[in-house]
Formats: sequence, structure tokens, C-alpha cells
Amino acid sequence: MGEKIDPNLWSDDPEPHLMGGKLPSGEVVFPMPAGDAAKNVEPYRLSRRGKLWSWTSQGFLPKEPYEGPGSGPDEGPPDFKPFLLGYVELPGEVIVESRIVDAGLDDLELGMEMEFTIVPFNDTYDTYAFRPVANVQEKAA
Amino acid sequence: MSENVYIIGAGIHPFGRTEERSGREQGVYAVREALKDAGLEWADMECAYGGSAAAGSADIMVNELGLTSLPFTNVANGCATGGSALAAAQQAIASGMYDLALAVGFDKHPRGAFNAKPADYGLPDWYGQTGMMLTTQFFALKIQRYMQLHGISRTTLGRVAEKAFRNGAKTPHAWRRSEIDLETIMNAPMINDPLTKFMFCSPSEGGVALILASEKKAKELGALQNRGGVKIAKIAVKTRPPDSFEVFQPGVSVKEGGKPTVLASKAAFEGAGIGPEDVEVAQLQDTESGAEIMHMAENGFCKDGEQEEWLANGWSALGGKLPINTDGGCLACGEPIGASGLRQVYENVEQLRGRAGDRQVAGRDGKGPKLGYSHVYGAPGLSAVAILER
Repeated sequence: MGEKIDPNLWSDDPEPHLMGGKLPSGEVVFPMPAGDAAKNVEPYRLSRRGKLWSWTSQGFLPKEPYEGPGSGPDEGPPDFKPFLLGYVELPGEVIVESRIVDAGLDDLELGMEMEFTIVPFNDTYDTYAFRPVANVQEKAA
Repeated sequence: MSENVYIIGAGIHPFGRTEERSGREQGVYAVREALKDAGLEWADMECAYGGSAAAGSADIMVNELGLTSLPFTNVANGCATGGSALAAAQQAIASGMYDLALAVGFDKHPRGAFNAKPADYGLPDWYGQTGMMLTTQFFALKIQRYMQLHGISRTTLGRVAEKAFRNGAKTPHAWRRSEIDLETIMNAPMINDPLTKFMFCSPSEGGVALILASEKKAKELGALQNRGGVKIAKIAVKTRPPDSFEVFQPGVSVKEGGKPTVLASKAAFEGAGIGPEDVEVAQLQDTESGAEIMHMAENGFCKDGEQEEWLANGWSALGGKLPINTDGGCLACGEPIGASGLRQVYENVEQLRGRAGDRQVAGRDGKGPKLGYSHVYGAPGLSAVAILER
């Protein structure tokens, strides 16, 4: 396990949860606001399960501040690995943007069940992701 | 009080790459073209509003145009900078304070996608570090969901780009002036699924200037004869309402919120006293193919899903029932942020005056369109709509 890309992004439970915030109105937001904006906002452990709301692929090397593979001073497009990302709706809470792992583009369908996970992001850091629940079950079988 | 406001001069510096001119110089070029078009001198201008995102402050233009001491306000509203400059210039005249105003926009961007800094948008660093803070991703995520919900095919995305390049080939100010066939567009490298390389516009360079006049001044100058001027029927600028889905959002509300484009469009139609069915030529923000498709519905020109039929039948092509992005839009012209929204208005001005050459829209009476509609959308979630009338 690498270091967390941000110490407050997810909880340290054995089964970690993404951390959002609950506003005084009851509305759940992601991420948990920082600084003055965090006033009266309760940290809120988001659901680990949700439904795929939309998705896309990242096919080119993003410019800075991207710090993933390919972004270093001696690296470039050949070192970059395209990745998937999307939005996952956590019912009744909030729709979160996330990396998508353990799936190809052809596997993805609107509304499919997704589960939270932690993945390595670069040599130093981990980040969060969601993966199709069907794949999780396959692996367990 | 509210006076009628006319556009009596329009100038453009060709979009694309002009190595020998700075962005501001391209803006100055456009201002001189607009002045020539209106038969006016720089010293005649009473106020100015303009902006660029990456090519410096617009008010510095006075060093080249002349130190006439006119009030010159810099405008910065993302991709909607041009639309906002036009709105400010229009209000300056409608208020009765001035009779002549300039709206100008220009830009010059480095190659490649825009790279925004998370802190500038009030976002945590991890959002950019992990590669999720790219405008191209937002557009892909928005159209992907829309396609699933409303049955839009990938071919329809390709047809939008094919049309853009076909129109751009007929447009002297366009950057991409060659047609690209559907197969090439569909088989081009994938940038962000479902959008290929030719379905995205690129940051580019260019400048546009428009000269606005009060009705009294326009008549005095004889500018309304021979279709020299077109009336601004209504301009509306709206920022995002609660629970909307916009660029750079790590979290989106589960409640379905409103859309700034829908709000701006509705306000513009109501203000102009017309409906979508009256419009004869439209320029809609087409940052990528999907944006044009979604904006056709958000601006009220069709229902969600009907775009499939529209593109297959060529209804939005030149010669169709509502030609959209007649100069090739952002896809063929590229997107110099500060100039882009004004290019759309420039194109409608040329269409309404009957000066659009090979891409001229006939209009219902065969004498060119009477009503032109332009819509620009910008980060972090605002839209500007301008309806012009001759």
C-alpha cells in the first residue's frame, strides 16, 4: 500500500469509505469541504456501493498538475497508461467522480452496480476507484 | 430607459495559427476591420468591453489603437467572455449612457488541451494530480450519459464533425478549411470515449470586434441602409443554477438541477418575443460534437433524442431547415477563448446582412435569414445567448 494522495479523502477503516460532507440542509457533498467552507459541515462516510452514472476514457497524457505515469521530467506519452473514469451515483447521497478499474470500456453500462476500492496511483501514492461489482464476484468465485 | 441597439460594424482576424502576430495584435486587426466596416474612426468609440483568457489585458489595445481616454473594461468569463463583452456593450448603449460601443475578444493559446489549476477553481490538489480535472472529460461524460438516455449513436457524433468541416471549407475565417469524411472522423484516435480527435475543437488564435450603436446614432450614420446594421433583439447571460452538472465537479448533486443554457435561452426568447421555430440560422457552442447535439435541445430547437433524425436528414446543414454552425463552429475554427463567442455573433451578422458568400443561408424569403441565434457556454458553468434581427 502506498501513501494516501490526500489524508482526508477516505476513512482508515478495514473497509474504507470515501469521505463527503453533510450540510446543515441535509444535502451530502463530495469532497468534504476544507477551510471556512467546512463550517457546519459534518464529515460523512459515503456508501461503498453505487450505480454507474456516466463514464469515459482518458486517452492522452494530461498536462500538469497530473502526477500519474508519464508525467515525470524524463517521461512522456509512451509511459502514460490510458485509464477509465466516470461518475458513480451513491443513491440518496451524491454522484462522485472516480477512476474506474477492473473493467474495459465495453463492460460498462449505465446503472451497473459499482463498488469502492483503493488502487495505486503512482509509485508513491494510492487513490480511490470504483469497479463493477460483477467483476468482484467473479474474482471471489 | 432602454434603447434599441444595433451592430453596425463587424471585423474578424482569421482564426487558426498566426505565428507573426500576438493575440492582442489579432484583436487590434479585428477592431480596425470593424471600424472600416462601420465607416468610423477609433476616436469615435465612446466605450469598450473586451477580453482574452491567455493573451493579456484587452485594454492595452489602446496603445496601438490610440490613447483617446475612452473607458475600456476588461472582461473575463471563460469561454463566454465574448458573449459577456457583447452584453456589457449592449447594456452601455441601452442604458442611454453611450451611442457607440466596442465589444472585442481575442486570444492565442499554447497547443494542446487547457490545463487548469485546482486551487483556481476552489478544488483540492488530488483532483488534478489524479488526472480527473480535464475539460475534455466533462464533455465526454456529459454526452456519454446523454447518448445512453436518449438513443444518440456514435455516427451522429461523427456527422456533426463532418458538417463542421464541410462548412469550414467554405469560410475564409475558419482554421480547418478541408472537408473530412465520416469514416476518417469515426476512425481517428479516441481522445475521451465516445469522442475522437476530430470531434473536439482545439485551442487556437483569432480576434473579433463588433461595433454597437444606438438606433439614433445608427440612423444618423446611415448605417441601417443596405443591410449595414442588424438589431440586437435580446442578449441573456446566465450562470449555473443549483444542482447543475458543470465542468470540474468531483461531486454532482443527485437532484436533477437546471442548466445555464436552458435558462439563458428561455430568457433570450422571451425577451425577443420569438420562439425557436422563428430562428433561421444558429451558432451553438460546439466545443465537441456532443455539445452541439445537447445544445440543440437545451436551446429549444429540438427534443432530446431527435438529433439522431436531424443529423441523418441534414436538417442542421447548409440548406437544411435550421443551419447550425454555418462557419464550421469551434470544430473548424478552433477556440480562442476570448474571441469565440463573438465569432458566433460575427457569423450571424454576416448571414443576416447577406454577406456570407458560399455559406450564405437563403432564409425563408430567399433574401437571407431574418433571425440569427448564437449561444456560447463556458467554464465553470455559464451561458450567453444573443438573438439578432434584421
